[in-house]
Amino acid sequence: METYSTLRAFADSWALALIFLFFVGVVLWVFRPGSSKTYKDTANMIFRNEDKPKDKDDGR
Amino acid sequence: MIDAAKIAALGILTLLFAMAANWGTDLVYQVHALLLALLSAGLFIWSIRRAGGRDRYAIDGPRPETGYNDDVVRAGVIATTLWGVVGFLAGTYIAFQLAFPLLNWDLPWTSFGRLRPLHTSAVIFAFGGNALIATSFYIVQRTCAAPLWGGRNLAWFVFWGYQLFIVLAATGYVLGSTQSKEYAEPEWYVDLWLTIVWVAYLAIYLGTIVKRREPHIYVANWFFLAFIVTIAMLHVVNNIAIPVSIWSSQSVILFPGVQGAMVQWWYGHNAVGFFLTAGFLGMMYYFIPKQADRPVYSYKLSIIHFWALIFLYIWAGPHHLHYTALPDWAQVLGMVMSIILWMPSWGGMINGLMTLQGAWDKLRTDPVLRMLVVSVGFYGMATFEGPMMSIRSVNSLSHYTDWTIGHVHSGALGWNGMITFGALYYLVPRLWNRERLYSISLVSWHFWLATIGIVLYAASMWVTGIMEGLMWREVDAQGFLVNSFADTVAAKFPMYVVRALGGALFLTGALIMAYNLWKTAVGAGETASARPVPAE
Repeated sequence: METYSTLRAFADSWALALIFLFFVGVVLWVFRPGSSKTYKDTANMIFRNEDKPKDKDDGR
Repeated sequence: MIDAAKIAALGILTLLFAMAANWGTDLVYQVHALLLALLSAGLFIWSIRRAGGRDRYAIDGPRPETGYNDDVVRAGVIATTLWGVVGFLAGTYIAFQLAFPLLNWDLPWTSFGRLRPLHTSAVIFAFGGNALIATSFYIVQRTCAAPLWGGRNLAWFVFWGYQLFIVLAATGYVLGSTQSKEYAEPEWYVDLWLTIVWVAYLAIYLGTIVKRREPHIYVANWFFLAFIVTIAMLHVVNNIAIPVSIWSSQSVILFPGVQGAMVQWWYGHNAVGFFLTAGFLGMMYYFIPKQADRPVYSYKLSIIHFWALIFLYIWAGPHHLHYTALPDWAQVLGMVMSIILWMPSWGGMINGLMTLQGAWDKLRTDPVLRMLVVSVGFYGMATFEGPMMSIRSVNSLSHYTDWTIGHVHSGALGWNGMITFGALYYLVPRLWNRERLYSISLVSWHFWLATIGIVLYAASMWVTGIMEGLMWREVDAQGFLVNSFADTVAAKFPMYVVRALGGALFLTGALIMAYNLWKTAVGAGETASARPVPAE
């Protein structure tokens, strides 16, 4: 098959399926147990460190 | 030693640009080479005066000591305001040109064809781009609790490099330089320069996120990062061209025919999707929660919003090429993806609006919050109208008419404009260490002038666009077209005047904002005793 047809066939089969599955995975990940607590903290992150950087790197 | 190397390099650069000005084969190239020679000569002298490490030009002002790199953000706020006024002025002027063609003055430099890209680039890249760079630098530092990666000089390089790109693009348009790609008009050497600046921007952003001192990456940074990465990819692919000569401003685009059209609108629509949407959503996810003083409505929704938006937007480009030589399947793909895109767009809008849950009363007293919320409202309206217009049967009526221009402006003036104004009103008192804005009532004036201006603009373009679309397809009993093109032009005159007046109102609002921000920054109306002194 010519390059165009090969790429087109790949795009509307495997690539589409992979992207869709990744998205479904993201949605499942977002609703994992215990995520609400983490996200509450993350959403409130903007109210910290307004005036100066953190001195200590307790990031990860 | 470094000073000596810098001075020598700038001297050689000045010489090279002067030689390029001499060897240049066309006017635009010569003017740009001369401009760059003057600029490097200026930097050469400046470097000599600063040699030895003395910072002669340190600016003293009421700047809060934050430990963050806010100097470049302050400069970005000033640039956003100034370029905004320039861009709105250019837009209003060309709107009057369409109503009164006399204003073209029969000169090439002031013709609509050259001033139109000047307007679009000034508002999208100069106003919007500076707003994005400034706010992203402000937000990424505070949400990562770390100063900008790469130090002061790299950030300044991004800021001034970006301004140089704008000046080269704008002077090129007026002198007639274009590679004939909408929203990507600048020629090859300007594109190369922007690529360098953009890679530095990406490096700063990624570096800051990698060096973050908070465990999580706040959602605004996801949107900003998607904007920076995607724009880099779009810019490089869409601008692949072979220069006629390195002494010429002209180039030949690599993609021919319908492939070229598809690449252009893959770029063009994603410039809307990632520059004007993803980047500005980053602003929304920071400034609305901050101004409303409550966290975003649903952080889970914001993550789903992000992934759905970036996965879908990239496919929507073909809806710009309905009923063209583009294969039908590609047109339908673009249409379907555009319609699905409605869902994440409205998910994001709901997330922004519902952040005010329990704080709706603040809209009565806080015109800045009102501006931010109205911008999200316009976002919802434009992202409903867009998918509708991408349906092929609707597009057969709307395409090539003023309806498209009205749609773009309700998004650009309403969403991008209003959220940027809100962000500027939020930032200036904080960046210049003032207690409050100079005048809240002037913010209200700006809000109403801008809103009424947008309503006049959008309404007149709906009327004139649908009218013109219907006139074009009107046939008599024998199947002949009823109207000539000139008939539609004559019929559109009153709406063109209304549109130009709407633009004038929007511009007036922006001028009031510039005055208000200036007075705020210099501290007008603040009494010394009103400033609290911390107890030692």
